[in-house]
Amino acid sequence: MGPELRSWKEPHRLVLLAIGIGIIVFAAVNMRWDWLPRYSWRLVEGVGTTLWLLVLTSVLGFLLAVPLGLAQAAGPWWLSGPARMFCTVIRGTPLLLQLWLLYYGLGSLFAQYPEIRESWAWPYLRSAWPYGVLALTLSFAGYEGEVMRGAFAGVPKGELEAARAYGMSPWTSFRRVWLPRAIHRALPTLAGETVLQLKATPLVATITVVDVYAIISRVRQDTYLTYEPLLLLALIYMMLTGVLVLAFRWLEGKVPVKGG
Amino acid sequence: MSSPHTGSESGASQHPHAVQVSGLHKTFGELEVLKGVSLTARTGDVVAIIGGSGSGKSTMLRCINMLELPTQGAISIKGETIDMKPDGRGGLQPANAGQLRRIRTRLAMVFQSFNLWQHMTVLGNIIEAPVHVMGVPRDEAIARAEKLLDRVGLSDKRDVYPAFLSGGQQQRAAIARALAVEPEVMLFDEPTSALDPELVGEVLAVIADLAREGRTMLLVTHEMKFAREVANHVVFLAGGVIEEEGPPDVVYSAPKSERLRKFLATVQ
Repeated sequence: MGPELRSWKEPHRLVLLAIGIGIIVFAAVNMRWDWLPRYSWRLVEGVGTTLWLLVLTSVLGFLLAVPLGLAQAAGPWWLSGPARMFCTVIRGTPLLLQLWLLYYGLGSLFAQYPEIRESWAWPYLRSAWPYGVLALTLSFAGYEGEVMRGAFAGVPKGELEAARAYGMSPWTSFRRVWLPRAIHRALPTLAGETVLQLKATPLVATITVVDVYAIISRVRQDTYLTYEPLLLLALIYMMLTGVLVLAFRWLEGKVPVKGG
Repeated sequence: MSSPHTGSESGASQHPHAVQVSGLHKTFGELEVLKGVSLTARTGDVVAIIGGSGSGKSTMLRCINMLELPTQGAISIKGETIDMKPDGRGGLQPANAGQLRRIRTRLAMVFQSFNLWQHMTVLGNIIEAPVHVMGVPRDEAIARAEKLLDRVGLSDKRDVYPAFLSGGQQQRAAIARALAVEPEVMLFDEPTSALDPELVGEVLAVIADLAREGRTMLLVTHEMKFAREVANHVVFLAGGVIEEEGPPDVVYSAPKSERLRKFLATVQ
């Protein structure tokens, strides 16, 4: 942290800081914020929804991405083919389209079957969030599957050979060497993709999931204000992004590997 | 499974032949790299394997722990033959994965390009196989690793990641990793070939030290002078066959074959 702290004192940074503070002061003094207390609790809830959507879909998506990447990097053709196909389709179509196909397509399909409507799963299938989670998870898996393919393929052969030479079983070698090494190689890309995932979450507002974006939309409808709620929304996303970036930077710093 | 295993192991450690290679053939596509190599290393032997590039010496060493699968032939470690079966494409494959893993933990390999696990510290690399393959308790593995680090002169690099070490330090760490499994045979695959000239000495010193304490070692090397000093048996490989072998003084000073004479003339 030493050099970073010192670099804050460079003149151009100080100027930027002053401008930033100026904007905030201007916004606070000249704009309307009287609505804020009324919505503050709902905003907190909205941020909560956004965050759990992000964490859940990133984790689930990553868990899916590992086999997808592995299948493409080292699997037989009947595994690598479908995996590549999945990643290509997911990455080749808009997330909004995937979300709507799942929610309006699959969702309405389910409703046609009384067996499903009467089953224990119906309360979930009837609500919107499972479709949001599914679409965001599949999307993350599609992009990360591609990243993990490269990461698995890029682990030096010699290190895997050493694992074999020291008597590791294929599973031990995967668990102790191949996977951790690949994840570490993928971390910088993963950080960026997780930030993209955060910024993809507001799409779920289009299928009635109430995240922070949906709350802000509600504020705009109720108050007829445009800039104030949107500026606040931008600030919220920027702060969340900042936290994500710092968290990944900390993770990367745990294992310094030169030249990856 | 456990009682015949321990039985064969205690019997094996008395076995006079640490490594026996018989009738080894290896073909890469059309290219026959090994054309019937047989070699015996007794317990305590230091065997240096020399030869020009492409002579098949690394391939032979890598066949011993099955990093390369032989096309034909048999490998025995301490009298226990590695079970092989036809792979259906004219070659061989291990028939018993468990046996191979057990034998591999008795054969420690030191690689030309070190092949340390880059996401683990030096200590992590050394305790990895003992803890996660052989089931040694972590504290015990760490205590032993610290002694080994001291021995290879890397005590101060215990918690450093390999990327921050010089080539010579990485190779010494790799040797400590090899020693940590308490191997019966050590396989060195050109351990100094990837090093800057000024770093070769520190690695050779560690290897010579191990040779002196009577460890069984097979050493593929280009360091001719070093091979002569530490080995008690020298094998000269040329064109996929053992052209000549014997005690270093005989092989070096009275080469019988024309090929060996030429080889010695070019490298010395």
